Amino acid sequence: MTPGEVARRLELEALYTDYAYCLDDDRLEEWPDFFVEDCYYRITSAENFAAGLPLGIVYLTSRAMLADRVMALRKANIYEPQCYRHLVSSFKLGADDADGLAVTANFLVIRTMQDGAMSLFAAGRYVDRVVRRDNTWKFARKDVVLDSRQIDTLLAMPL
Amino acid sequence: MDTHAITWPKEGNSRVPYRVFSDPDVYRAELERLFLGRTWQFLVMADELPNPGDYKTTFLGETPIIVTRGEDGEIHAMLNRCAHRGNLVCLKRQGNESLLTCVYHSWSYDLQGNLKSVAFRRGIAGKGGMPEDFRLEDHGLRKVRTDHFAGLVFGTLSEETPPLADYIGNLIGARIGRVLRAKPKILGTTSQILHNNWKLYVENVKDTYHATLLHTFFTTFNVSRLTAGGGVLVAEGGGNHASYTRGKHELVSRADSDKLYANIQSMRDGVRLSDPRLLDSVEEFGDDVTVQILSVFPNFVLQQINNSVALRLVLPKGPEKTELQWIYIGFEDDDEAMTERRLLQSNLVGPAGYVSMEDGAVGNFVQRGIVGSEDEYSVLEMGGHGHGTEETRTTEASIRGFWQAYRPLMGY
Repeated sequence: MTPGEVARRLELEALYTDYAYCLDDDRLEEWPDFFVEDCYYRITSAENFAAGLPLGIVYLTSRAMLADRVMALRKANIYEPQCYRHLVSSFKLGADDADGLAVTANFLVIRTMQDGAMSLFAAGRYVDRVVRRDNTWKFARKDVVLDSRQIDTLLAMPL
Repeated sequence: MDTHAITWPKEGNSRVPYRVFSDPDVYRAELERLFLGRTWQFLVMADELPNPGDYKTTFLGETPIIVTRGEDGEIHAMLNRCAHRGNLVCLKRQGNESLLTCVYHSWSYDLQGNLKSVAFRRGIAGKGGMPEDFRLEDHGLRKVRTDHFAGLVFGTLSEETPPLADYIGNLIGARIGRVLRAKPKILGTTSQILHNNWKLYVENVKDTYHATLLHTFFTTFNVSRLTAGGGVLVAEGGGNHASYTRGKHELVSRADSDKLYANIQSMRDGVRLSDPRLLDSVEEFGDDVTVQILSVFPNFVLQQINNSVALRLVLPKGPEKTELQWIYIGFEDDDEAMTERRLLQSNLVGPAGYVSMEDGAVGNFVQRGIVGSEDEYSVLEMGGHGHGTEETRTTEASIRGFWQAYRPLMGY
């Protein structure tokens, strides 16, 4: 790797680290800021992804929709208090073209409920496109591809 | 004495003993009397198996089933249990095979479940092998009776189950046909594990009263209120239902509607979606029905919420565990904008849905609430005691209808 490539990789790893802390620290209002305005965010299963099926368990096509999701979670939807712990690793950088730079990374999410019950809630990979905006990396597309087709109980907060 | 006996309260369908939601004996009796008995259960959409050899595995209750498209072009269903020693024949969820071969001892079946060959049937070098009187035709996979309705394939293990069209009935059949108006196109699938008895989810589906109270997204964002016109259709026998909301018909004035919701936690002023494309829907069915939730006893659901159309299958996985499977569909004649609209509106439903995520948890809240109260009862008196069609959703008529259908089959 050239020094430039090393620097870029470190920046991207920092992006994913900040993203994970934002969610795990319950700073959901800041979550849309990781995305460009006309972004695409989807949570799907590996099964749908492999079959090229477009459905998302969550399917949002603008930063405003991400903000709406957070507002709904805060003001409308009802779910038991719970928190996530994201472990993100195994970054792979791919094509760099008009859609942005392709990044994939693995994640594990442990969910802890208010009574202390913990479970391995989600495992999978991010299949993303990132772009530079005002000297910062932002997500243009994020496909959260879950290895399992089953969601335990419900999925409220973003992954 | 029948150890599965439940003494139903004298009030009838407006009381439900909590025991039926947790008792392992009740659960085992249900697997036998309902799921292997006189009911039709959804297996697949015929379009999911377009080609000969296509197969999919599913369940009648907890009993594993294979559904195939045979060489004859017809859909067939059979138990996924080798006639030899009971091994699962198909291990994958879906695939395409010309023969179904058990991995254990290579017994092979055709796509209709007929046994075609047995490994080493004649033994080796004149020793071993099956006896002379062993007949392949006596050892096929046990066949499941199938029937179709509007492209949906249902299965039953009982010869006594009436033909599917009669079982669904004209009232509800017309409401299925209304939604499944063209060749479906699958947009995707998902599944949810619910930590509650399967009937708590089915009750929730049939509960027209809870939607705008529990699902506060509806009222917070002014999407739907019970003061909108609507009602519930309950089929003869009670088991099948369709509830509906009308888009352009208000029962009371806006001011009176605000007043009715004023003290309800779900009512908040001034909250709007900043990107309302999510709710941008078009009149698709030409009848001003914006929401229709439909069920066929015991465990099939067809949902139309604006332009989001999905099939749901409620699979029991134990007295206190349920798998809820979702198949989201559009139609072959959808243009790109319509598909995008359906995908955006799919945010409303499913395990993460704005107006459905609570349903994933509320059954478990009940399951936890009733521990130690097995001899007490829930109270279902909204809208009276009957289980007929009503021109209001402020009723529990279709839940009482479920119990009306359930009790005779279970002997309660």
